[in-house]
Amino acid sequence: MSCYKGKYADELISNATYIGTPGKGILAADESTGTIGKRLSSINVENSESNRRTLRELLFCTPGALQYISGIILFEETLYQKTAAGKPFVEVMKENKVLPGIKVDKGTVELAGTNGETTTTGLDGLGQRCAQYYEAGARFAKWRAVLKISANEPSQLAINENANGLARYAIICQENGLVPIVEPEILVDGPHDINKCADVTERVLAACYKALNDHHVLLEGTLLKPNMVTPGSDSKKVAPEVVAEYTVRALQRTMPPAVPAVVFLSGGQSEEEATINLNAMNQYKGNKPWSLTFSFGRALQQSTLKAWAGKEENVKKAQEAFLARCKANSEATLGKYQGGAAGDGATESLHVKDYKY
Amino acid sequence: MSCYRGKYADELIANAAYIGTPGKGILAADESTGTIGKRLSSINVENVESNRRALRELLFCTPGALQYLSGVILFEETLYQKTAAGKLFVDVMKEAGVLPGIKVDKGTVELAGTNGETTTQGLDGLAQRCAQYYSAGARFAKWRAVLKIGPNEPSQLAINENANGLARYAIICQENGLVPIVEPEILVDGPHDINKCADVTERVLAACYKALNDHHVLLEGTLLKPNMVTPGSDAKKVAPEVVAEYTVRALQRTMPAAVPAVVFLSGGQSEEEATVNLNAMNQYQGKKPWSLSFSFGRALQQSTLKAWAGKEENVKKAQDAFLTRCKANSEATLGKYQGGSGLSEGASESLHVKDYKY
Repeated sequence: MSCYKGKYADELISNATYIGTPGKGILAADESTGTIGKRLSSINVENSESNRRTLRELLFCTPGALQYISGIILFEETLYQKTAAGKPFVEVMKENKVLPGIKVDKGTVELAGTNGETTTTGLDGLGQRCAQYYEAGARFAKWRAVLKISANEPSQLAINENANGLARYAIICQENGLVPIVEPEILVDGPHDINKCADVTERVLAACYKALNDHHVLLEGTLLKPNMVTPGSDSKKVAPEVVAEYTVRALQRTMPPAVPAVVFLSGGQSEEEATINLNAMNQYKGNKPWSLTFSFGRALQQSTLKAWAGKEENVKKAQEAFLARCKANSEATLGKYQGGAAGDGATESLHVKDYKY
Repeated sequence: MSCYRGKYADELIANAAYIGTPGKGILAADESTGTIGKRLSSINVENVESNRRALRELLFCTPGALQYLSGVILFEETLYQKTAAGKLFVDVMKEAGVLPGIKVDKGTVELAGTNGETTTQGLDGLAQRCAQYYSAGARFAKWRAVLKIGPNEPSQLAINENANGLARYAIICQENGLVPIVEPEILVDGPHDINKCADVTERVLAACYKALNDHHVLLEGTLLKPNMVTPGSDAKKVAPEVVAEYTVRALQRTMPAAVPAVVFLSGGQSEEEATVNLNAMNQYQGKKPWSLSFSFGRALQQSTLKAWAGKEENVKKAQDAFLTRCKANSEATLGKYQGGSGLSEGASESLHVKDYKY
């Protein structure tokens, strides 16, 4: 058959649709131990399990924030952690109608013979791991494929390998009850202009959707987490309306309407930039038969992290910063963001060259 | 770049969007000389140039019909023909706001090593022909790829070859100012059920859109002419609402929103059946970011042909039949068709011919 409709089909479709509910989006809190370590060290906090737990509790238990969140992506450790009072985080989420998600890839490795291009690992035993995560309460998954733009990149090999990996991951997730977020991130690094980014994005997305079709993935039970279409990091910026036009057009040209929602990655944009661009997309007039929302990591947590600085007495201030970003992005999904919900650090670029998670 | 934006880009986009105007659709009158011969012989009319001309004049000059048509696909001979009074058909169309289209493929040939599967020819010198047709007034083109459903069909080779051929044809058209109608027809012949048809249709359309992307085709300046998703001709029929659901879903799963319109082929359905199914699709509640319209040949002309029977005195009666079908299909594109519109003789007659060769 064209697509696989296993026992979880209806649940996958309804969960994917729910995640795209207008006014809601995803908090990407799935930083691996190494990556969260870098964040913590930037605010002079030790990378211990209890500090990691404390940070996530700060976020997930911010009063009033979860109403703006349809899903949270977790790292495996966090899936099994609890609040200080002893309640599992997944319970906190469930009670607030937030779907727990889980990062299931095992990072990237280089493709020999290419100029530093990568593929993503994690397929071995993925079926069993997904089943376990489903038991633990997860209802969606995330797998990050990475491509870059350069003189000869992305190569056809990199596009094919990453598209195929995403498709295999996606069908295995669906067999085990998890909605797969398909994330083909094209890094923003480089001096290229927005047209080049659009070209590459369209080619990559076309390859992804062909691979998903080949692998019998049920599109109605998936989500896409792409980069926005923007100029490269070393190139002159453009207005949000331009980002909106190019991004929506790329999606119109490649993404079948059966996919219920797009949850953009922020990819190094500052908190405010990411929100304003998302807002522009939702104001853009054109054929948009899918929700356009967020799946932000850095762009939701940056000012919160700075405000917290690891100190108990800062928790309330940090939570206010987090609530402000959640609300701002919620408004952006409705095209209603007025701007200026900027906390300390909100306009700071979060771009790190050649960013490795 | 991802897609080619040549000098005709804006015109292609405007023309493709116009063809999908709600309330309008395409008359496929591009039967080759051989094919139109079969139609004429079925009503005992000789297959000569003047009779072919008379038939097309009957259709194109039906009072009030052209308002329901955004385009007419022509065979090469017809592109240069005139009314009895000496006016070029393309001018008749232009004056009525109808875009002339042109069939540019050169028919199918079998793929060796397959079980009767085919690919479509016509790429050689296609650019020059397109440029000539554009000069003669054509603004869109059509190329029919054919696939069939069988135990081992369609094969990956057949899907790849036909998708690639369609993509090459499409970009060449766009380079020369013609909106390409992409037509990957999956024949209705067979005992398979609607699920099988849906499976194959989704695979074929996915392959087509991948090929179009690979070949840098500007999707906003194209149209799709697919089969509706139905049970095979030897299988039990289903309700129009089911055809609508399966067809729209297949399109949702494969056709990017950038494509402005779908112009369905009728593929052997009776006139009434094709209209009722199209109507159901336009009533179907679901994501449909493209127009759903018609590009009917047999399903627009059957009762007209029967009514005419080649006789001058029947022209008015034949034109009434044609106007009726045009209006019915126009209503179907708006989801407003009430059904049974003064069914002429032949309107419910199945037009299926096994293993139909154009």
